[in-house]
Amino acid sequence: MAARSISSLGDRLLDGVMSIVEAPINGFERLMGRKRMPYLFLAPNLVLFGIFTFLPIAIAVGYAFTGGTGLFVTERPFVGFDNFRQLLSCENYLEPGSCKESLFWTAIWNTLWFVSFNVTATLLVALTTALILNRAIAGRGFFRAMFFYPVLLSPVVIGLIWKWFLDRNGLLNAFLQMLGVPPEIFLLEVGWSRFFVVVVSVWCHMGFYTLILLAGLQAIPKDLYEAASIDAASPRRTLFRITLPLLAPNLLVVLILLMIRSVQIFDEAWVLTNGGGPGTANSFIVQYIYQMAFGSDLRLFGLASAASVLMGLVLLCLTLVQLKLGKKMES
Amino acid sequence: MANGLNPIAFLTRTRRPGRIDITDILSWVWLIGGTLIVLIPVVWAGLSSLKPAAEITRFPPSLLPHAAVQKSVPGFEQPLSLWNVTIDGQQKQMAMVRRIGLKAQMVDPDKPGPPISVDVKEMTQVQRLTVATENFTDPLTRFDFLTFLKNSVFVTVVATLMTLIVNALAAFALSKYKFRGEKAIFLLIISTLMIPLTVIMVPAYLVVVGVGLVDNLWGIIIPTVASPTGVFLLRQYMLTIPDELIEAARVDAASEFRIFWRIVLPLTAPALAVLAIFSVLWRWNDFLWPLIVLSSRDHFTLQVGLNSFQGEFSVQWNYILAMTFLSLAPVTVVFLFLQKYITTGIAGTGMK
Repeated sequence: MAARSISSLGDRLLDGVMSIVEAPINGFERLMGRKRMPYLFLAPNLVLFGIFTFLPIAIAVGYAFTGGTGLFVTERPFVGFDNFRQLLSCENYLEPGSCKESLFWTAIWNTLWFVSFNVTATLLVALTTALILNRAIAGRGFFRAMFFYPVLLSPVVIGLIWKWFLDRNGLLNAFLQMLGVPPEIFLLEVGWSRFFVVVVSVWCHMGFYTLILLAGLQAIPKDLYEAASIDAASPRRTLFRITLPLLAPNLLVVLILLMIRSVQIFDEAWVLTNGGGPGTANSFIVQYIYQMAFGSDLRLFGLASAASVLMGLVLLCLTLVQLKLGKKMES
Repeated sequence: MANGLNPIAFLTRTRRPGRIDITDILSWVWLIGGTLIVLIPVVWAGLSSLKPAAEITRFPPSLLPHAAVQKSVPGFEQPLSLWNVTIDGQQKQMAMVRRIGLKAQMVDPDKPGPPISVDVKEMTQVQRLTVATENFTDPLTRFDFLTFLKNSVFVTVVATLMTLIVNALAAFALSKYKFRGEKAIFLLIISTLMIPLTVIMVPAYLVVVGVGLVDNLWGIIIPTVASPTGVFLLRQYMLTIPDELIEAARVDAASEFRIFWRIVLPLTAPALAVLAIFSVLWRWNDFLWPLIVLSSRDHFTLQVGLNSFQGEFSVQWNYILAMTFLSLAPVTVVFLFLQKYITTGIAGTGMK
């Protein structure tokens, strides 16, 4: 009874608030007519998009051509392509040390390696899991939920949980000691730390891609499989002749999406590796942008914007490929 | 119900009833192995967060949170730790006074006499299961954890409410009206899906500085309110609401806003619920944007605060893990109850 009276009080309160909100909006309607109402309803959204999404895009391109440490355009000298020249001048692109902006190129190579390993590993794990979950296996819902759970965790939480797991006194070392392997400080060793950045990334993102692939698998008409079983096709043949070809559109979408997101690796890796360590072994491109702009007192907004523009172009190309593929699939 | 109750039949139910082939076993191995890999780091962090500071760095670690049992012995200021000691083939409980190299000096806690020297190989510490609640209470009382928590709750609640209203209004306009520029505006909004924060974070920060919201909680709320996924999700749902309902209301001389508020919004409840769940998760877990915008500790959200704690208490893992666990708990609860909505929401819209 008490709960009901509170909720009815809440309703009345809400009604009161709404009648105050309603008055000016209804006034607008009487003044401008019903035809103009959709513009009013769209206004808050469009104003916010305009200020916080479209304006920054315009600024980003502008800032890339300015130098100095000033914050606002008026305080910043125009420097033409200097920032891009600074980023791109290099004696040998395979050798970050020979570049003017060696950190940038270290970050690019680290990101490229990460993207290639992460995309391959995530795709394989997600595809295998989706194929298995698509079978009539007991406890399917439970397993689907389990694999999905890490997707919801925050990057900081993921970074800290894994940092503790991989600690010198962590569970992994305890387990290795049981097997007689000497303990290792994984995150201070270049090879291991890179390996575990990929492991953690697969761990926390594969559930999302599994869901997309699973939705694709479930859209494949069942009668195709019935026909295959009448023809006594081997499971292997069914997989390569029916399942994978029909899943191809979803696989492509997942592939491009994975690439777009892998290029932007930052937060989990940042927390896990204490800001890209050991040294610069796990310093990625977004981290470079972050550090140039906000990381220290340098505040090199021009250089950071130029790097953002370059990364934005790469992502734009990937997105266009995705859109083109999407169009092709639809037709 | 009757045949569903047979657990053996349930567990062995496969594609062809009555037969388990090798692929079924491999599937089970993959699924159970994967589940363990997902759970072990999380559960390990949870168990570790219950361990007292002295215990957490012990290697090899114990699985459950143990603590050394201590006892105050007459004649000693500090309580002494208890050990099981074998003396002359007899098991005894003794209190350790001090330890010198491979020998320890022990006294009988009940009849403290002169200390006797015991070989460290002959003794094991007496432990019992204890939950180090101070790991949770200390951060709440001594550190700024409560401030972070308050900030996070505020941001999550306010941003979610605003997200729902602003995007529902836009979706209503885009689904229930015919007007000039409708298609162009819809495409414009959807196109922002393709612009990741990482590309525009530097200029977006400058805009936030420009409008005076830097180092302010509103600076992380307002820029995230307009959401292309939100508009898309709600619009698709509102398209399924029959227009006759709206026409009927117009005949009754209801204002357009009243139609939105009284008719369309209640009917969109399922889609609003999905968007609300996502918004809560997004805002609660947000890291990069708050990291850029917020600079003073008073304004830190939980994620930014947790990250800064990590730098400060690099050795006090008991605190870090307890706070990690507190920030993970709400997400886990949301997931346990709303798992179905979340997974179908993602499968339906492809958003995260």
